[in-house]
Amino acid sequence: MEKTIAGKTITVNEEGYLTDFNQWDEKIGEALATEANITLSPRHWEVVKYLQNEQKNQVALSIRRIGKSGLVDIKEFYQLFPNAPLKTATKIAGIPKPASCI
Amino acid sequence: MGIIKRYHYQLDFYSINNQTKNKQMKNLVILGAGTAGTMMANHLHHQLKQPDWQITIIDERVEHHYQPGYLFLPFDIYSPTDIIKTIEEFIPKDVKLLKQQINKILPKDNIIELGSGDALYYDVLIIATGAKIAPEETEGMKGSEWQKSVFDFYTFEGALALRNKLRDWQGGKLVVHITEMPIKCPVAPLEFAFLADSFFKHKHLRDKVEITYVTPLSGAFTKPKATEALEHLLDEKGIMIESDFAIEQVDNENKKIIDYGGREIPFDILVTVPTNKGDALIERSGMGDDLNYVPTHKATLQSKEYANIFVLGDASNIPASKAGSVAHFEAEILTDNILRFVKGEPLKEEFDGHANCFIETGGGKALLIDFNYTHEPVEGSFPFAGIGPLRLLKESRMNHMGKLAFRWIYWNVLLKGTHIPFVSATMSEKGKHYETVQH
Repeated sequence: MEKTIAGKTITVNEEGYLTDFNQWDEKIGEALATEANITLSPRHWEVVKYLQNEQKNQVALSIRRIGKSGLVDIKEFYQLFPNAPLKTATKIAGIPKPASCI
Repeated sequence: MGIIKRYHYQLDFYSINNQTKNKQMKNLVILGAGTAGTMMANHLHHQLKQPDWQITIIDERVEHHYQPGYLFLPFDIYSPTDIIKTIEEFIPKDVKLLKQQINKILPKDNIIELGSGDALYYDVLIIATGAKIAPEETEGMKGSEWQKSVFDFYTFEGALALRNKLRDWQGGKLVVHITEMPIKCPVAPLEFAFLADSFFKHKHLRDKVEITYVTPLSGAFTKPKATEALEHLLDEKGIMIESDFAIEQVDNENKKIIDYGGREIPFDILVTVPTNKGDALIERSGMGDDLNYVPTHKATLQSKEYANIFVLGDASNIPASKAGSVAHFEAEILTDNILRFVKGEPLKEEFDGHANCFIETGGGKALLIDFNYTHEPVEGSFPFAGIGPLRLLKESRMNHMGKLAFRWIYWNVLLKGTHIPFVSATMSEKGKHYETVQH
């Protein structure tokens, strides 16, 4: 489905995740964060960029892996993106919701 | 030093297997004699025969446990004798069974280093060392309340300790909990919650027991259609669900679990599925990912790093369920691929992630789900399209009979590597109600 955000039209799935990362830009990231009641600080951005990079390298994302990334520990990840951090952070980053698999 | 070490291996290899070496036999070695390893020994011994091939299977354990039976032990539905046999009785006579600890795999040298200091050379290696619980990964899980009010049911000891506790428990807060994914048999904790509901109803204690299902996932299961059906069942049985719960610690003193976001859930009994990891052997050999699973090609089951190593069952990192049914379907395809490999032919990229699981829902009923990498479980009939007799994603008594019959099938058909009639290794889309084409 299509959605207008930050003055642009993007395509999202039924859970609101971008289906094409090429449509993503920082303004869209900020607007998606606002929808999740999060104001992005430089620290948030570091995490968002890290997730995008991991996705680009086809690394399967999990909370455990992020906790061991050396970038943030799991506690801080929760402080930055409360409740369900991986789901929220990936949505803001414009990448697919991690398949928690099987 | 390297050369000396090498000589050492060669000498030890002669001492273990001089007969094979003299005859220029080739060695196929299977690590682990659980469900997956045993099935492979039974499949391959018909195909790779002496004097050309010697198949060796290595496992330090003596007993083979029917792991799906652990679910029924805590409720006194099965007794220990129902689920334990010896490893030996399922290994064909012409396969050599070594009851030894495995110290290390040296994949570059094609050598297995045994706990005794001996070593064994292989031409083809199958890793089937499974997955195990690792409660030490979570702070406080293996604390003062372990097996007093904090239990697992993924080990024989854990299931038995829980059985003893439930026999005289008079009620309170029962929390059924998954630490993190992936886990073996991802439906087992749900089944535990359903069976607990049934168990306490039967004991006329249900109104004194509050059951909460706590999961790191966003819902009851990982696939949308099945989640919907299962959440409906949880609701119907008065089982509460707490989702998106990423546990940070077990607070033994105040008997509660706390997640990274600060959410707290109190318990009188915590039945947890701890973090699951591949065998420590994989870590010692430097061959695993961060959970000790071996990176494996998901369609051929060949190791991503070493062409002569194949990985079967829970030990691999493929995105399929960690379940006996998956190992069974994999074994049929892997047998073909190993035969192709030894003949120097290209491998078949055929494994589709096929899983087939009965889900006990209590009260003598069960659901059945059938799915693969790309197709989620949906409603329909199985194994005969439009006929059944088993219904997919719907509770029925017939499905429950299927689950109970499965123990017999496991010991008598599955482990022996016999094909189960009408159930193919790759999933059939016939008789299944897909709404749209999936990808």
